[in-house]
Amino acid sequence: MFNQLIDMIFSASFGYSIIRISSPILFAALAAVVAEKAGVVNIGLEGIMTISALFGVLFAYWTNSWIIGVIGATAVGVLIAMIMAVFALKLKTDIILAGIAINLLGGGGTVFLLFLFTGLKGNTASMTTPYMLTPKVNIPLLKDIPVIGQIFSGHSALTYLAFLLVILVWILLYKTAMGLRIRAVGENQNAADSVGVSVLKTQYIALAISGALAGLGGAYMSMYYSQSWNIGIVAGRGFIALAAQAMGQGEPVGAMLSSLLFGFASALGNKMEGMQGFSSYLVASIPYVVTIIGLVIYAMGTIKKVKRFKDNDK
Amino acid sequence: MSDNDYVVQMKGITKVYPNGIAANQGVDFNVMRGEIHALMGENGAGKSTLMKMLFGLEQPTEGEIIVNGEKVSLSSPTVAISKGIGMVHQHFMLVPSLTVAENMVLGMEPKQGNKLFINYKKAVEITEEFSKRYNLFVDPHAKVRDIPVGMKQKVEILKALVRGAKILILDEPTAVLTTQETEELFKELIHLKEQGYTLIFISHKLNEIKQITDRLTIMRGGKSMGVHETADISKEEISRLMVGRDVVLTVEKEQAQPTDVVLSVHNMEYTNEWNKKMLDKLSFDVRKGEILGIAGVEGNGQRELVDMLFNLNIPDGGSAKVNGKNILGRPQREIRDMGVTLIPEDRMTFGIAGAGTIEENLMSDRAASKKYNKGILFNLNAMHEDSDQLIKDYRVLCKSRKQQVGMLSGGNIQKVVVAREFSSDPVLIIADQPTRGIDVGATEFIRKKLVELSREGAAVLLVSADLNEVMELSDSLIIMYNGKIAAYFEDTAVLNDTIMGEYMLGLKQQSIEEIGGVIHGE
Repeated sequence: MFNQLIDMIFSASFGYSIIRISSPILFAALAAVVAEKAGVVNIGLEGIMTISALFGVLFAYWTNSWIIGVIGATAVGVLIAMIMAVFALKLKTDIILAGIAINLLGGGGTVFLLFLFTGLKGNTASMTTPYMLTPKVNIPLLKDIPVIGQIFSGHSALTYLAFLLVILVWILLYKTAMGLRIRAVGENQNAADSVGVSVLKTQYIALAISGALAGLGGAYMSMYYSQSWNIGIVAGRGFIALAAQAMGQGEPVGAMLSSLLFGFASALGNKMEGMQGFSSYLVASIPYVVTIIGLVIYAMGTIKKVKRFKDNDK
Repeated sequence: MSDNDYVVQMKGITKVYPNGIAANQGVDFNVMRGEIHALMGENGAGKSTLMKMLFGLEQPTEGEIIVNGEKVSLSSPTVAISKGIGMVHQHFMLVPSLTVAENMVLGMEPKQGNKLFINYKKAVEITEEFSKRYNLFVDPHAKVRDIPVGMKQKVEILKALVRGAKILILDEPTAVLTTQETEELFKELIHLKEQGYTLIFISHKLNEIKQITDRLTIMRGGKSMGVHETADISKEEISRLMVGRDVVLTVEKEQAQPTDVVLSVHNMEYTNEWNKKMLDKLSFDVRKGEILGIAGVEGNGQRELVDMLFNLNIPDGGSAKVNGKNILGRPQREIRDMGVTLIPEDRMTFGIAGAGTIEENLMSDRAASKKYNKGILFNLNAMHEDSDQLIKDYRVLCKSRKQQVGMLSGGNIQKVVVAREFSSDPVLIIADQPTRGIDVGATEFIRKKLVELSREGAAVLLVSADLNEVMELSDSLIIMYNGKIAAYFEDTAVLNDTIMGEYMLGLKQQSIEEIGGVIHGE
């Protein structure tokens, strides 16, 4: 039984699944990183992803172009994040409440919108055409290398974008003026204020970027992973991403590693379900157990931070 | 002298806050080009408010500000910076995880040719250039969280200079520095002065003022007490102007008959996070039936002492006992059960829960007692009855016990705190600035109550920056300076402002034998 398991883990197809499953979490985790750096907790990721996932499909369907679908999903992600920003930053609602509202909207509002636009109830499987799905990309040369090629080639174009974005987000945060301001605002608002950096404007921009990244995560879900939109499509990935951000110390590369860990746990659960000798119920809980462990690590980090803050306060 | 010699003129400045507190009343403040000008005064004298207005953080209610001969409206720090005014805050406005160079250029980042990326090399060059030009050595690549306080301050000064400041306001710059760092800072400030910069130096340390300033303005109670050439005024005269009493309110009190020691503090020590010794082998006793006053300029260890006694902090060494039992590090519930009560300095944070009702606040320390419980539910009738009685006894002006405490005036909020803290048969009352910022009527009432309770047998430790209060109420008095007892007076009748001022500002220090009188136990 364990031999079987070991064989499975070291198979190329398992490596491929990890990357496939990690991608949407990575988009959302990067979204969480950017918002958190500016001192805002984007707890509405789940809702933003759900809504963007729907609009990705709709735009792709209307135009018969997956590219426009992806752009549309990104734009909707920015829009929803801006609605949240107006409530939280301008009207001073608690950001957690604003985020929960967005998540609830994502859960219920999308069903209504789908019916409004298409007359369909609950899923879009019947609408799907091949043109609407993001294409798989086979990377020349790489694809011909045994094992490595099987693991790293043949993913969705969006997957490659997700991993490219790890670098781009890092550059944004550490090499540009905007990134410097985002980090300054997130760490010491007074310091930013005292040199004329607008805290509000900076946080708006950070949330917009966060929304765009979450929107891409949504597009990946409906236009590649599930091949259509359905109720509950995001299935907690927005929250898992928050855990990944925290476990990754709020850094892009850290968030990527955490996302891969969650991807590994999910892939493991998926594969073990089909095996003899494991309770499928128990196995299905693996990704969530890993999430809980991640959150505990996050909480311990926060407690340490609070303690340090208190010590400083003395 | 013509107006042109002045780089800053503040004329008839009055600042009244929305809560009605007048922090500045008709203040004139003039600074000449190229001088180091000290702005002196005790905490609460209004000097910070005045400087906040000059830096655009606050706007005056009345009066005008003229900078370089031009009348200006300083609506924000950005405007002030554009007029060449920079401020070095006491609490640094720096981002700890960024490097020194990044902090320097934040908000005015130099870009690479493509306009997209920060030119970090340029940022480092700018930092180095300014660092060299003004003799303010900093390490551009170090993260701010890793550098010592003295260097952080230099970064703050450089930040102002790089933004074109010609007039620098320094808010108690030496408060966080060691002696060597202070000496270094002074050299740098004199260097800046020689290059034509104007410096406004907020402080209440006489030696420093004497050492580096050209002129000084003294403030007291929101008003200016005049401008002097530093060379022409003695330290004694400055101290008299700074701490002198305005109005003398007297409280009738009988001679104290102190008996047993209630609170005994022995060799208490505490060094804060900036490596500053806040409590230095502090020892004293408070006896049943007496009021022991602690006077001193704020920041000389009084707050730390009170924090230790109510377990809001833990000292590095020493002991504190109430009737022979240790109170350090014990839970507040246990300390209260020993009969210790506290009137905290910050009443809004530690004294009350602002959103709660008067009744809830009055009952908060005793709600668990048998008297107010029937089974698992509160005995609300008993609570209502006693709350109403306390409101009456302590003359809290309110519509009913159901009113939200936060909506009351400062004086009435303090009466609620006092009603709760005085009505639990206290053995020891710690009163930290009990009448700060409240009206005369409430002040008089609270002072009378304090005397009354001490004569009925409570031990009272009164910490106050209000000289009038601490001299009138205390039976004996200690003056704290630099975490130590600078003086102990068994009988406060012999005291006057001049004597107090000299000890408070560190001009004088009693011998160990003289101070030893404050220990009454064996």
